[in-house]
Amino acid sequence: MSLKIKQDHARFRDIVRGRIKRNLKKYIQKGELVGKKGKDFITIPVPTIDIPHFRFGEKSQGGVAQGAGNPGDPLSGPDGQAGSGQAGQGEGQHLLEVDVSLDELAEILGEELALPRIQPKGKDRIVTTRLKYTGISPSGPESLRHFKRTYKQALRRQIASGSYNHRRPMVVPVREDRRYRTWKHVPLPETNAVVIYMMDVSGSMGDEQKEIVRIESFWIDTWLRKHYKGLETRYIIHDAVAREVDRDTFFHTRESGGTMISSAYKLALELIEGEYAPTSWNVYPFHFSDGDNWSADDTRLCVDLLQERILPAVNLFCYGQVESPYGSGQFIKDLKEAVGARENVSLSEIADKDAIYPSIKQFLGTGK
Amino acid sequence: MNRHTQLPAHLHDIRNRVEGYAREYGLDFFDTVFEVLGFDEINMVAAYGGFPNRYPHWRFGMDYERLSKGYEYGLSKIYEMVINNDPSYAYLLESNMDVDQKLVMAHVFGHVDFFKNNFMFRHTNRKMMDQMANHATRVRRYQDKLGVEAVEDFIDRCLSLENLIDYQSPYVKRRPDRPRARASEEGKEERPVARGFKTDREYMQSYINPREFIEAQQKKLDEEAARKKKFPERPERDVLLFMLEKAPLERWEHDVLSIAREEAYYFAPQGQTKIMNEGWATYWHSKIMTERALEASEIIDYADHHSGTLATHPGQLNPYKVGVELWRDIEDRWNKGRCGKEYDECDSFVERKHWDKRLGLGREKIFEVRKHYNDVTFIDEFLTLEFCVQQKLFTFGYNEKHQRWEIMEREFRKVKEKLLHMLTNFGQPSIAIEDGNYENRGELYLVHKHDGVDLKLDYARDTLRNLQSLWRRPVNLHTKVEGRGTIFRYDGREHADRRAEL
Repeated sequence: MSLKIKQDHARFRDIVRGRIKRNLKKYIQKGELVGKKGKDFITIPVPTIDIPHFRFGEKSQGGVAQGAGNPGDPLSGPDGQAGSGQAGQGEGQHLLEVDVSLDELAEILGEELALPRIQPKGKDRIVTTRLKYTGISPSGPESLRHFKRTYKQALRRQIASGSYNHRRPMVVPVREDRRYRTWKHVPLPETNAVVIYMMDVSGSMGDEQKEIVRIESFWIDTWLRKHYKGLETRYIIHDAVAREVDRDTFFHTRESGGTMISSAYKLALELIEGEYAPTSWNVYPFHFSDGDNWSADDTRLCVDLLQERILPAVNLFCYGQVESPYGSGQFIKDLKEAVGARENVSLSEIADKDAIYPSIKQFLGTGK
Repeated sequence: MNRHTQLPAHLHDIRNRVEGYAREYGLDFFDTVFEVLGFDEINMVAAYGGFPNRYPHWRFGMDYERLSKGYEYGLSKIYEMVINNDPSYAYLLESNMDVDQKLVMAHVFGHVDFFKNNFMFRHTNRKMMDQMANHATRVRRYQDKLGVEAVEDFIDRCLSLENLIDYQSPYVKRRPDRPRARASEEGKEERPVARGFKTDREYMQSYINPREFIEAQQKKLDEEAARKKKFPERPERDVLLFMLEKAPLERWEHDVLSIAREEAYYFAPQGQTKIMNEGWATYWHSKIMTERALEASEIIDYADHHSGTLATHPGQLNPYKVGVELWRDIEDRWNKGRCGKEYDECDSFVERKHWDKRLGLGREKIFEVRKHYNDVTFIDEFLTLEFCVQQKLFTFGYNEKHQRWEIMEREFRKVKEKLLHMLTNFGQPSIAIEDGNYENRGELYLVHKHDGVDLKLDYARDTLRNLQSLWRRPVNLHTKVEGRGTIFRYDGREHADRRAEL
């Protein structure tokens, strides 16, 4: 019997979905939802879903409670937080926090931006399977005999047949008692993908630029994760030299050196060639910088690396150029000239947060 | 409901025993039907406010999601739910232990006794179970005809106004049953003339009816005449009723709005007696359990769950806790005679402390109180200084400077004042329609009787918009914002505020 409430619940989810969709652009621009993230779910503040009433403002009302403490002592807050929330800031914004699965969010993103589904490559190439022990059976090779289960079984039989003497606890398994581990062949995820994020952390990249990168990377992750079961992410930062870091460091490092973009490309190439063989992996390098490279020589080296070795190995190479007051922005022009015509290259200029939305569309709209 | 929800045999036995104990203590309740539900079903019923046959609406789905999440994460669990109806319906959670079921049953009989006897519930529909199903059928019929979204959207707007009812109206007569036969209605606007007291002796006239008196009388009459011309005659707190009577609604809209209003009035007394009702039920489950129903092996679990319901949290008042303590305090005071003139006038701390006249009137008193009080009068009359100190009550508020919630006061008068303020008018702002033809333009003019606490403005604006969509003409709301009189106005297209003192 399905419950009557399911209808109302489905209706509610529908409304939430609609609201998120309608406000998606705002979420993307403000990066509001990034950060409140669980493993599979994300909490999204959805505006104006609650039914409004004439009611008192919470902060001007206060209340009565009981317990120890002196006047002036802090409460641990009616909502469990120390009351530092920013609720009720905007006009007409009664927020309700709703949990949405990342899968659903990706779907909403896809619908709203009209993104094409990605055709993963290498579907038929991967044939590896892995063994997984899944159960117990009465027959099998001796090497897989399950000692404990075998003795348990023997004990059970002895007790049932009355031959067990608790004064002299001796358990002797016979042939029928033996138990063996059984296994299954589990195919490895059919499609694997890796996203390699590269970012310029030289002095000219400010906090706002990094924020833009952070927001973009969240949505890119979400979208790609929908299409690839085993999505890995790697992070490379570079100024004049490149190194691989974890996610946290990636978004919070600030260096002051010059910029040699080729160093990052070399490192990415090393990763790809070393760990992510293009025959079995879908590779997505994303590079963000302010477009200021050290020298024209280095740019030439970059273009060579891309053309000769990176582009043939990856699904899609994306370069996002965030505007910064210091950068010359020359790099994207050079790239456009050299590789702009290649079909697995996507170049995008991101002037400010408003431009994130179209830029995501541009990156992911290629359907690669 | 389905047959499988009937009580299994062993619960049936427990139920009969607990019911027996409850009756022995003098509780007087409707016949009560217990049903056993799984957690999913109980969450559903709870989302519907206890009525499995509610009309379809997404808000119930939202509540359901919240409840199921709470259950899944192990944060909250619904133990008990009971419906004010005759017979009463109560729901038990399938997975609970027997000792919990026992506790819940005892608790439920306390609630049902309260529903049956407290004066606040005298006007509620005791066949609400059927009425709700009836409402659902009506709403469904409209949805079939007009589409789900149109009806749902209208319900949203009705619900937005559901607290604009007159919480006292079931208990007082606000207007005459039949409209007065008005002579002036036939177009002739005669100015009534004050004649003063009758006297046959002409020479006494100036003594019996001096000129000032006649003038005062005349003024009163004129005012009354003016008021009659006003519309509504008196400020109308039952905004929903006013809408039903005067707003240009379609037939189905009228019906849906009346459904929302009826349900709001049905649920109102439960909110207005929360502390008393929960306290009363807790008092009785603890009495029945500890004195009669508990077995030795169940004591630990009972104590655990009982203390769980009575736990206090820093930022909120637990009605179970305050309620049960107050009931016990009343019983104790009347048992010992710590009430009345003699006790109140006694100055000696020691004497007061050991005061015991052995009157034994406690039980009788609490049964009387459960009949004639609601939360406001209950707190007003029985919350004493001693109680406030002993229970460590305090007021709290938001400190803008420190950006946090803080304990404000422990002073008895302040605490009581705040508590009463929270309970008065059901904790809702008191808003009434002053004029249905504001500035002679058919606009609606509402006044918020500001008592120190501002409205939540973003909500207020959106609610105003919903009100406007029913009234069709512009609506105005007078309130105060940070001490300044302000009129909020919504004309169907945009919001406007302007300064205006009353």
